[in-house]
Formats: sequence, structure tokens, C-alpha cells
Amino acid sequence: MACTGPSMTEPALCLDRLSVAYRTGGRDRAVLREVSFTIARGEAYGLVGESGCGKSTVALTAVRYLPRNGSITGGSVMLDGTDVMRLGPEALRQLRANRVSMVYQDPGKALNPSLTVGRQLAEVFEVVGVRPAEREVRALEMLKKVRIADPGSVMRRYPHQLSGGMQQRVAIAMALANEPTMLILDEPTTGLDATVEAEVLDLITDLRRELGTSILFISHNLAVVAKMCDRVGVLYAGMLVEEGLTRETLGSPRHPYTVALLRCLPQGGQRKDHARLDTIPGFLPSPGAPMPGCPFAERCALADGRCRTEIPELGDAHGRLVRCHYPDRAADLPRSSPADVAPARPASEAAPVLRVSNLSKTYSQGGHPIRAVADVSLSLLPGETLGLVGESGSGKTTLARMLLGLVQPDPGGTIELDGKPLAAGLGQRCDEEVKAVQIVFQNPDSALNRSHAVARIIGRALRRLGGFRGADLSRRLDALVEAVRLTPQHLALRPSQLSGGLKQRVAIARSFAGDPRVVVCDEPTSALDVSVQAAILNLLAELQAKRDVSYVFISHDLGVVRYLSDRIAVLYLGRIMEMGPSERVFEGPNHPYTEALLSAVPNLDESQDSRIRLSGEIPSAANPPSGCVFQNRCPRKLGAICETLEPPLTEMEPGHIFRCHIPAEDLERLQRRRKACAQIVGSSPEKARRYELAR
Amino acid sequence: MTNVANAEPSSRRQDVVAALFQSGSFLTGMTLVLFWVVCALFGGHLVPYDPLTEDILNALGPPSARHWFGTDQLGRDILSRVIVGSRDLLIVAPLATILATAVGTVLGLFIGYFRGVIDDVVSRLIEAKMALPSVIVALLAIVALGTSETTVIIVIGLSFGPVIARTVRSAVLSERELDYVAAAKLRRENAIHIMFVEILPNILPPILVESSVRLGYAIFAVATLSFIGFGLQPPSPDWGLSIATNYSMISGGYWWTVLFDALAIASLVVGVNLTADGLHGALND
Repeated sequence: MACTGPSMTEPALCLDRLSVAYRTGGRDRAVLREVSFTIARGEAYGLVGESGCGKSTVALTAVRYLPRNGSITGGSVMLDGTDVMRLGPEALRQLRANRVSMVYQDPGKALNPSLTVGRQLAEVFEVVGVRPAEREVRALEMLKKVRIADPGSVMRRYPHQLSGGMQQRVAIAMALANEPTMLILDEPTTGLDATVEAEVLDLITDLRRELGTSILFISHNLAVVAKMCDRVGVLYAGMLVEEGLTRETLGSPRHPYTVALLRCLPQGGQRKDHARLDTIPGFLPSPGAPMPGCPFAERCALADGRCRTEIPELGDAHGRLVRCHYPDRAADLPRSSPADVAPARPASEAAPVLRVSNLSKTYSQGGHPIRAVADVSLSLLPGETLGLVGESGSGKTTLARMLLGLVQPDPGGTIELDGKPLAAGLGQRCDEEVKAVQIVFQNPDSALNRSHAVARIIGRALRRLGGFRGADLSRRLDALVEAVRLTPQHLALRPSQLSGGLKQRVAIARSFAGDPRVVVCDEPTSALDVSVQAAILNLLAELQAKRDVSYVFISHDLGVVRYLSDRIAVLYLGRIMEMGPSERVFEGPNHPYTEALLSAVPNLDESQDSRIRLSGEIPSAANPPSGCVFQNRCPRKLGAICETLEPPLTEMEPGHIFRCHIPAEDLERLQRRRKACAQIVGSSPEKARRYELAR
Repeated sequence: MTNVANAEPSSRRQDVVAALFQSGSFLTGMTLVLFWVVCALFGGHLVPYDPLTEDILNALGPPSARHWFGTDQLGRDILSRVIVGSRDLLIVAPLATILATAVGTVLGLFIGYFRGVIDDVVSRLIEAKMALPSVIVALLAIVALGTSETTVIIVIGLSFGPVIARTVRSAVLSERELDYVAAAKLRRENAIHIMFVEILPNILPPILVESSVRLGYAIFAVATLSFIGFGLQPPSPDWGLSIATNYSMISGGYWWTVLFDALAIASLVVGVNLTADGLHGALND
């Protein structure tokens, strides 16, 4: 794997036995251990793994941009035939200016907030050495290249005046301005909505075809990597554990870690009443931990004595590189958690636990009313999960906060709990009502008081919500801690001493302290790695089965929503566009917005539908389009009626309602045809689109 | 998911202590401050001469082998007077700062947590107060209330309180938006619990830094008040007072009667400020 060869086939990037350590607490801790891989010219290489496995360190080392406490302890990096480690300061600057570019996760932070987009782009050309007169023209060209419709006006704007998707396009434009041989993308779509993510990924695919740039694509999202990359490397605890062609590696993985990682994802319409998700027990070894054997041995159900004492080599196994002593056994990896679930209860005939009618929320910003939630009515049965999906700004969180009493709704709407009206404000609700509706927040770092120990956080909730005291309290505390699979050792720790998944368990324990009827889960797994996410989803499903609690489950991850939800409501600009049983919403016929949302999500299963792309931005809630709020982006817009009349919510089939002027039968026909043509033409979206147009 | 192996090896507190002991400014500042604290506590046993004994025959003697810092107009040993001169300052200034911190913290928590009209009114009042020079305000108050150490403590404490309140308020404003505050509301905790049990422990670092900065100012203010005659009274060896009684001698060339007291004040203020700077660095890592 040495990075030398005939210069004709010089790879774009080659890492040879690269080792990197970070110095913390007076000790060097290894974060990369002899990582070797090669990216050929024009190739897209994906690097996947959970947080803390060293993905970003690879990117930073490639351009020698390690933090001050980081040092390269061995190996070499060849970028475009140049040994990056041996460059002097000026040569390194030249390399960064001309041959390699990076795009980071958060475009809002990557762009300078006090310079216009045009100025920032011109700066890139200045560094490359373009004459002043030409810079603006080149900048305009670049913005056109990243499919910005109105580059002239975008040039004059500041980053905060652009949406997240537009900002990321500008960041990509800046990265490509110097026509780099190597483009490093570090989680480029992680903070973006599914529809925007789809557009950015399409853009990267198109640009790659046009410019022939090599790409190092770093992501925790296996489906995104599967869509974007030719080859993929799986990183675990700073070691490359598997590498091969993307389709083969993710389709039939040979390293137990890759196998386990893929099993953590809810796939192919898997639901909570079919089977529990598989999880990976234990934790990633901490950086710098001594590693006598295979880094995954501690968590691997197949590991034996040899795995614990002897580090396996990255060896060739049927055309793929696998770092495992037993690559042929991986497929037989036993589940680490039992799959069986209690049989699904018959559909409950009980009265709804929560009923919301005509709930709206209007904020006022500088005198302009902003309707964050408009006229939402829904109900929730005992033991049922209602999934709320929609892009950011669709009013999901505002709706949830109104249910909790944290946000005061507009007058006129009502919330009923067990048939009795529930006061709008938290202050007017009685103790029973307050403890009946609880929440698991998205970000446990914000939701848990960082100066309180776990015992205090959960104990206080039991005391206030459950009314327990003394010995009773400590018995309940032990029971609750066990129910969320924490151990008594955790009780004395503070949140900062826990991993993300453990923190979220503490938050879940807290919300269950007073035996709630309804728990709002606001993106409870979006900050977690997939293996941890699977464990949390299992826990939520288990608690629901045992305690008959109802969930309002908010998530942007449709796979997760599908796994946990019985019914799904799709929100757009504060309005329910479609609501119905989970299976029906996923199978269709759908509202055109749901259809677009579903098709935007990259899928690991290769049966890719032809894609629908939404044009334009999500309109501002301050100034929603006339008529149907979706009309300006709707791919199936009928005509004038959509612009003048807001369609009412109509029942497409029993229990499945949607808000569209197109009759259900027509929608069903159109959508069936789209799916059929996608199957005929295969997975090429371009051909499928042409095929459909031809018809 | 049962082991704790992934827990961070050291707690935040240990990290902060480690950072403090690696911080040059904290160590230097702390050395200076501790030096004066030792002088204040044990100065009486360390001095070569009794600081109050007059020796008119040796009045206004320049620094020499017998009197390293020279003698003042009554022949008292200046070195001895500088050593014990920190005592009152180091009682009055910290007490004033503690009072200011307590007032400022409570006020800041209330206006930051409740916002609204109270916040608008109190914040404007604080701004108006900050526009007035605090020594002048203190002077007027002391004239009205009479000179005593208690008055000095109360006057300086109350005049620095609002400054600390502003810092606390801004810290509370970002804390109150965090979800743990919403979670406390969803347990029906009252406002006092949320402010003092939930929010306060999380804003201690900025409060600590702000108070240590204020301590430097308080030392300076107490010394200034002594200098203009509204603090301690003769024959106390207090630095500000000594400068006041001797500064007319400078024109006669008797520089040593003032210089060492002035250096002492400066070194203590610089020490406190370096300590504050070190704390700020360690707590904001």
C-alpha cells in the first residue's frame, strides 16, 4: 500500500500507514492507527464511522491542519503526488490554495458573516492569483455552476440572508473556485433538511461529473455515502476495518462492525411491532486506550481469544480489505439484543387520550404576524405513536410545545386530555395534568442540568411528579434507572461524564418519573450515533409496550419515524398536509409534498425511486404563498385553483386525510406510474425523468 | 450499556484546577495576593520595628541599612508600616466585594429570569448608576452616613453590586433558554427554585470571574477613600492614609515616604487582576 508508483497513475490522495495522536492531559492518545487508503483521480471515496472514530482527523491531516495538540506519529500523506508532510510553509499554502479544498458541516460557521458572498468568493480568486478585474466575473460563473438561480443578487448578500442550503452551495462554490484535484467534504449535508440535502447531493454528483474532481466524503450517514461514493472505508477506533466497493461493502459487509452498524438502522419498513432493532453493546474504546487485540473485540459477539490478543491485519477477503481474523463469519454475527417483541395489541377502541382541535400559534415579528402553526387538529390514542414530520420551520416543535403548555396557543383552539379540556398555559394546569404530558428533548446537553448529578435529576422528578418520599423514592429511583438500562454507578455522575446515549436515557427516565400519559419526543435521537440511536428507539418502544404511554414523535429521519409511529402527520408551514396510518403514508398514495419528502431521502435499499426535486426555498411563515401553501414548489400543481384556494383536508380513505386539490384517484394513478417507470428504467433518475416526460 | 468506561476520566473541576496551575498569570497573581495576606495576618510578628513607635530624631531618614524603606516625618519605620498596612484594606475590600456579589447575583437572577418591565426599569437604573463615578457617590454617602469601616463596606458593596448584576443578567439570559429550565417548569418548580437551584450553579464561573475583577476595583476604591480622608484615621498605617499624610513631602525630595505605599497598593491590585485573568482563562477553556 505504499504511495509510490509510476507517475502516470498518481492517485489524488494516498494515506500510507498514517498515525495521529492528540496530546491531552499530558499524554499522547492515538486517534488514528496506521490508516492507509488511496483515492484515484476522479474517484469518490466515502469514509464512514461513528463519532470519535477519527473521520475528521483524517480530513484535517490530509491538509496538515491538525489542532495544536495533534501530531503525526507515523506514516505519510501524498496529495496529488506531493508528500504533504515534507512541505515548507509556502509550499503548503500553495497546496491548500490550489489543489485541495474542504467543505465543512456547518456552512453558517464556514462563511464570514461580515463579508458579502461576492467579496468572499473574490477572495478565493485573489489567493489563486486571478487578476482583480476578472474576479467578479469568475465569482458569478462559480455561483451559476452551483445552480444558484440569481447569482447577481446572491453576490451582494451576506451569509445570514441565505438559507442553509444556499449557504452550503456558496461554500461548495468557494471550495471549487480553485479547481482543486481533491475535494474533502466533511458531513456536508448533516445539518440540512432532507429535501435540501437531496439537492446538495445532486449538485455534488453533477459537479463531479463536470469537473472530474476526486472526493473524500466523510459522513456518519451510510445511505448518503451509498448514494455518493464509488468506494467506502469503514473507520473504527482510528483503524480502517473494512474497505471496498460501496455497493458490495454495504450490501454484504464482511467485518462484524460494519454488519452490526447496518443492522442498527431501521430498514425496509421495519416497525416496532415487527422486531426490535439490533444494537452494538458497549462503547467505542476511548482515544489512546491500549489495544492488545482487535479494536472491536470487546463489542463483537464473534470474538474469541485470538481476537483479544492479536490485532488482525487489513487483509484481502474476496476482493475487499477486511481487518478481521474471521471475515467469513461476519454474516452469522448473532444479534446482541433479542429481536422478539410482544405481539401487537389489537387496535385500541379506547377514547383518545389527547385531542387537539383548531390549534394555531401566531408570533409577531416586527409587527408582522407569523403563523407558526395554523389550524391543527389531531388526536392520539392510548399507547399510540403519532409521528410528526416536516422540514425545519414547519411548526413541529411549536406544536409540541403548545401540547406541553410551554407555548401559549392563539385563542380559539382547544386541547383535551382524556376528554377534559386542558388549560393552555402550564401555570393553569393542575399537577395531574402537568405530569400527564412530558417531553424528551432533542439535545440532552441542554435538557439536563450540567451541575446536577444523575440521581438528583431523576430523583427530583420522582419527588415532584411522582410525589415519592424517603425509602419509597429510592426504591422508585432504582426501578426507573433499571427500566432505562442505566446502572446504579451512573447515579453519582454528572451529565458531562456520560456519553450522548446515556444522557438521553437519563432524560427519558426523567420524563417517565410521573407515569405520563403522553410523552413528546422531540428529535430524541438526532444527536446520536446509529448504534446508540437503535438502543434508544428500542427503549422507547419497550417503555411504550409496558406502560401504554402515547408518543408524539418528532423527527426529520423518516426511517426512524416509520419504525416507531402508528400514525404520521406531515406538516408544512404549520399546516397538516397529510395524516394517516404510518403504512398508508409511506406506501401512498401521498400528498405531493409527502411524495417529495419520501423520495428525497437516500435509501440503502437499492430500489431507488425516481427522484422528485422540490425547486426553491421553503417560503417564510411570515409571507406564505396564496391558496395552497405548497403551490410554489409543488411538482404536481394543477393550475390557478392551487394559487387561489387553500384545499380543505379531505379523507382519501378511512383515517387517511390530506390537503390537496388533486383527487385521490388521480394522485394514486400518477404516483403508481412514477414508481413503475422508475422500476423499468432502473435506478437512473435522469432516465426516469425523461421517460416520464415522454409519456 | 452497563459500563462507565466511556465516562470522561476527569471531572470539570479537576480540569479547571489543572488549568489554573498551568496558568502563569494565575500563579503570579496568587503569589502577590498571598504575600499580602500573609503580611496582613502575621505582619505584627514579621516587622523589624513597631510601626507606630515614633522616633523624631530619625525623622525623614532615606532608605538605609537600618531602615530599608526609610522613615516618615515622625521617624516611624516605613517598611514596618507597609507590611502591616494591608490589614484593614484586606478586610474591608473583600467584604465589600462579597456584599456586591451577593446583591448583584440576586438582582441579576431576578431581572434576567423574569425579564419584562422590571428588567427594563432596573437595567436603565443600573446604566444610570454606572454613569456616575463610584468614588464620588461613595464620598457623598459616607458624608451622609458618617465615617466607619461598615459604611465603607456597604457603600462600596452597593455601588459595585449593579455592575455584577449586569454580568449575572446576561449569563441568566442564555441559561434560561436551555431546555433544563423548561424541564423544571414541567415539574412545576417555582421561580425561586429554578433561579437558585437550577440556574445559579451553572453561572458560578462568570460570577467568580466578575467578583475577582471587582475585588481589584474595591481595593483601589478603599485606598482612594482612605487617601481623601474618608476611610481609616491616623495613626493607622493604612497605605492610602500614609500616602495622604506624606504626599506633600514629595516636593521636598522625600520620595520614599510615598513610593513604597503606592507600590504596595499597585502590587496588590495587579495581583488580584492577574488572578482574575487566570481564573477567566481557566474557566472559559
